[in-house]
Amino acid sequence: MKHRQDILFKNSLGLLSWAFIAVLVAMILSLLHMSGLAWEKIGFSFFTTSHWNPVKHQYGVAAFAWATLVTSLLALLISTPLSLAVAVSVTELMKKRAGRVFGFFVDMLAAIPSVVYGLWGIFVLVPLMRTQVQPWLFENLGWIGIFSEVPYGVGILTASIVLAIMILPTMSSLLREVFQTIPLTQKEAALGLGATKTEMIYLSVVKSSKSSIVAAMVLGLARALGETMAVTMVIGNRNDWMKSIFSPAQTMASLIANEYVEATHDLHLSALALVGVTLLMISSVIQLVFRAIYARGRK
Amino acid sequence: MKSNFRKTKDLSLKVLYIMGVLIAIAPLVSVLWTVVREGYGALTPTFFTNTPAPVGEVGGGIAHAIIGSFVVVGLASIVAIPWGIILGIARSEFPKTITDNILGFAIDLFMSIPTLLIGLFAYGLIVMRMRTFSAWSGAFALMLIMVPLITKTTEEMLKQVPLTVREAGLALGLPRWKVILRIILPGSIGAVSSGVLLALARISGETAPLLFTAFGMRTFSQSLSEPIATLPVQIYTYSISPYDEWRSQSWGAALVLVMLALVVNGVTRALIGSRTRGKK
Repeated sequence: MKHRQDILFKNSLGLLSWAFIAVLVAMILSLLHMSGLAWEKIGFSFFTTSHWNPVKHQYGVAAFAWATLVTSLLALLISTPLSLAVAVSVTELMKKRAGRVFGFFVDMLAAIPSVVYGLWGIFVLVPLMRTQVQPWLFENLGWIGIFSEVPYGVGILTASIVLAIMILPTMSSLLREVFQTIPLTQKEAALGLGATKTEMIYLSVVKSSKSSIVAAMVLGLARALGETMAVTMVIGNRNDWMKSIFSPAQTMASLIANEYVEATHDLHLSALALVGVTLLMISSVIQLVFRAIYARGRK
Repeated sequence: MKSNFRKTKDLSLKVLYIMGVLIAIAPLVSVLWTVVREGYGALTPTFFTNTPAPVGEVGGGIAHAIIGSFVVVGLASIVAIPWGIILGIARSEFPKTITDNILGFAIDLFMSIPTLLIGLFAYGLIVMRMRTFSAWSGAFALMLIMVPLITKTTEEMLKQVPLTVREAGLALGLPRWKVILRIILPGSIGAVSSGVLLALARISGETAPLLFTAFGMRTFSQSLSEPIATLPVQIYTYSISPYDEWRSQSWGAALVLVMLALVVNGVTRALIGSRTRGKK
């Protein structure tokens, strides 16, 4: 027997669900609409050129897309080994209580607002990079080419470090969850064959969670690409191609944050919205990739 | 027997793993330490009661930004809390329908979209129409960020309620809506409100979507259709300003936000954690 009130109840839940879905659709359409003018005027060369000069009405996103990619990948490079170390230590090496406490500390990294990381970046990390880290890399490793610019403090590398800190809790908590579900027998099997603890960790834990590690990296990448405030505050905001990983640069998100309020010309506003659409497309694709990998890993 | 080489390798790897953990929490320690050291001095009584004084004069505060944050976050929650909880109920109680599949996808996608773009949407939808930055548009953006967060936690918490509870209610002849609203939801109200608190703490620190919606203001706003100051945006504008006093206030505001975030996160996580651990 079905209650009539239940049908009403279920339908109103459905209505509110569809309302939310409609907001998402509206958002995508609205961003497309806002960027329509730029798309009409500039066309596909928007993605292939890198001149960004609102005064001359030249708009190209390539340099920003490149800087976004480089900062995010560098952040991933720093954050992946660290989050693995955290997940492994917390689930396998430490005593239960210690693991919980340290896991909690790492999780707290996610609680700190982006703008506070930016503030910390400006007053702690940037001076440190300018006076210590970058001069050292510049002098000793400058010949490699990627450290070849005079140190400013702000720039790609600084932004990457801040990003790495910010995506670390996301990645490590996902890995931790996965590692916790690994059956005890699988670990005992390795130990029983005479493996040391770290050999067991490699054989039974890390090796069997390869797809989850990739999933964690994709998730971290997604977070890093769209992160705005902290990056805006430490990347140096220079609308140009990066020359080295010390260069001040501009990511797509920081460009929008910096210029949108001050933009007065319709085409400028629309071009910034088109940058937003580019960012939206990239983050949606990454989200789809993540879902695919994560779903497969869970089977 | 394990060879010496393997024992040394084992030990050094363990050391490396633990070092990784220490490196990972070093930034947390550094951020907290700096925020407390730099922000503590700024937290004078006038900090909480006054609006900004002209540069050079002492006694300015950021009361307008504190109130502004409450207003914008409050407006956002009025819609976001019920909507988020309802969607959470829909996802946990009526799963695997077409609506649920699409909604789940929409929520995941929404959470992955940079919040900056949600601000851009609010700009296009509200600011452009009203021709002014406003508390409304900022609240709208924050509301959209908040709904999926609440939905996710509510859904997870309600799914932990055993099926037998639902069956017991239904066996008494209660309609499903009564079982859900009178038995299941009240039973997990603590966990659900923890999720709401976490979402509140999270959006209180959101900056990017407010840059071109709520914008900012030098003093108290007179109406919701005016630009309005908020704590995070105030931190941003002060941090890139050349005045020491403003920078110091920026740290003060950061201390307030960080405290809020840590207390809410710490307490709710301890609560939710003990609940789920108790069940195992």
